[in-house]
Amino acid sequence: MSRPSDVYLFGTCLVDLFMPDAGMDAITLLETLGIRVHFPQAQSCCGQPAYTSGHPREARDVARSQLDLFPGDWPIVVPSGSCGGMLKHHWPTLFAGEPEQERVVAIAARVVEFSDFLLNHLDWQPVDTGPATRVAVHTSCSARREMNVHTTSWALVDRLANVTRVVHDHESECCGFGGTFSIKHPDIAGAMVTDKARALEDSGAIEFVTADAGCLMNINGKLALDKATPLRGKHLASFLLERTGGKS
Amino acid sequence: MNSQPVTLYPSRQFKDNARAALADTELRGSLRSAMDFLMAKRSSAFPDTDELDALRTLGEAIRQRCLSRLPELLEQLEERLTANGVTVHWAETPAQANAIIHGLVAARNGTLMVKGKSMVSEEIELNHHLEAHGIQALESDMGEYIVQMAGEKPTHIIMPAIHKTKAQIARLFHEKLPDTPYTEDVDALIRIGRNALREAYLQADVGLSGVNFAVAETGTLCLVENEGNGRMCTTVPDLHIAITGIEKVVEKLEDVVPLYSLLTRSAIGQPITTYFNMISGPRRPGEKDGPREVHLVLLDNGRSQAYADQQLRKTLQCIRCGACMNHCPVYSRIGGHAYGTTYPGPIGEIISPHLLGLENTRDLPTASSLCGACGEVCPVRIPIPEMLMRLREESQRPAGEAVDHPLRGQGAAASTTEALAWRAWRRVYASPGTYRLFGWSATRLRALTPPTQAGWTQNHVPMTPAPKTLHELVREREARRKES
Repeated sequence: MSRPSDVYLFGTCLVDLFMPDAGMDAITLLETLGIRVHFPQAQSCCGQPAYTSGHPREARDVARSQLDLFPGDWPIVVPSGSCGGMLKHHWPTLFAGEPEQERVVAIAARVVEFSDFLLNHLDWQPVDTGPATRVAVHTSCSARREMNVHTTSWALVDRLANVTRVVHDHESECCGFGGTFSIKHPDIAGAMVTDKARALEDSGAIEFVTADAGCLMNINGKLALDKATPLRGKHLASFLLERTGGKS
Repeated sequence: MNSQPVTLYPSRQFKDNARAALADTELRGSLRSAMDFLMAKRSSAFPDTDELDALRTLGEAIRQRCLSRLPELLEQLEERLTANGVTVHWAETPAQANAIIHGLVAARNGTLMVKGKSMVSEEIELNHHLEAHGIQALESDMGEYIVQMAGEKPTHIIMPAIHKTKAQIARLFHEKLPDTPYTEDVDALIRIGRNALREAYLQADVGLSGVNFAVAETGTLCLVENEGNGRMCTTVPDLHIAITGIEKVVEKLEDVVPLYSLLTRSAIGQPITTYFNMISGPRRPGEKDGPREVHLVLLDNGRSQAYADQQLRKTLQCIRCGACMNHCPVYSRIGGHAYGTTYPGPIGEIISPHLLGLENTRDLPTASSLCGACGEVCPVRIPIPEMLMRLREESQRPAGEAVDHPLRGQGAAASTTEALAWRAWRRVYASPGTYRLFGWSATRLRALTPPTQAGWTQNHVPMTPAPKTLHELVREREARRKES
């Protein structure tokens, strides 16, 4: 795949409000690799929360407000598998039969998930400057099943010389976030995130990474509530930047 | 053995049921290990992912072709079955199906029915109905036999008693069957059950079975099973009644081959079942065995509603393998009873609203994180997450709104509060200026973040905005770069 000179970053609403550092780290990492990163200031949200909650009209209106933000033909990099999946796979459905359909399909075709971009578009070759550590990777279900990038985060972590990647129990299982699912069904979602947090703790990892802000907020929010362990997760972008000395 | 009254778990109480199931550590343990085992079995049955993909594509195409011609295939099926000497009955509702079956048994003054596994008979609460008329319906599938003895309903469509431990079954047999010593030896338990059932086959007036595939071109009812009880139920008693949903029809005999392979491998990782019955009519003159009468009851019960809508029609592609449940992180934690429906798990969440109405299944379409594990393993590629989102939309759609194919219970989950919340969300997120103001206020007022956030803080620390949004951090950095 050709190496683009410029990309757009669609930061996502969760990163924007709750973990902006992860977004900045993604930008910095891409810039250190010589990519110009454009962050359209009028961006807000892909519409996913309303879409998956049975409110496609509201989702479409929000999505429509984002359509003018990517005029260049550069890739649109998204540091979240589920928002990436929304843009790439659900936007064309959401706009089926709408006047914007053609434009939406063209935009969707340019959407690339962050870890996929780093690995497959840039062939990122890091020099790991961090101390030896053990890391578990949680891949979001959307990254795994919608974006088909379940191995990209592994591959990136595996390129770090001093990092041992550990596998956790039921690694491919959902962490229980699911957007409004974790609010509408807190008992079930709670059981799921409890199991995920325990599996990560039992893996012997010192920290864990994920390329999805929703999962990260879910698992870290649970770990912080339990206070039983110092284990916390980081966004993949932050971890990779930190390991390669780019985070001052 | 006296049949127990079935235990009903209304699906309206889904959240309470789920909470109780989650607190049952014994249930959690059995379910988790059983589902892990089934997932591993399925995986080992499909070592070649290319073959699996091709087979799923073929299965999907067959089911879609057959559904697209459903009305004419059903007519052809009736015609061929009639020519084969099978009487076909049509039932729109469970009450009609029950009345038809009861009528057939009553006409022979029957008092005992032996049953092969049939989820459609569970759907219409047949056992309950017959018992009310003095007819005993005895389950002969070992799993069904166990749950019937326990006074429960199946917890899984393939493995009805998968939620039970060996010890629980041992205790149950010991308590309910006369002169039965307590044993946890599985072979011994199965022998006890089989011996009790053996007598029933000979005494029964009628045998009932389900149908896995009804072949239109030949008028053949295919029945997939492992225990041989299906063959006994359909050949020993003089009267055999089969019951199935209208969607189970396939066009040609050759359609069955790939579907059968997908079914057994997806369900329990078996290359083929011990028994595959092809029933094409009653005993013919000169034949020494087989039933003297065969009837088929074709049940609609809401399936036409799904059929009428092009997107929701895909629900009817299902071949009832149960793989979606085995792989579902929700099902594997709460089990089948919590759903309060005949069909639990992901397929249940998308079929039950048609059978029972959205008003009775309000919490089911949302009981999924949309992780997609179900759709990934579905042997006929039903896009279950997509169906769930559509059902969420229909249950949120105002009841009065006119649509082409209204679903029963449209608007069942609609609430003014939720509708207003999404409208407010739209106002903020669809307008860059408002969104910027919102982000600025939320970050500046982060100290005022409510410590309790509905649903969320039950399992997490509160969601607290960062000191500055990414938008701001990017702007600040750009400003710094311009200065330097």
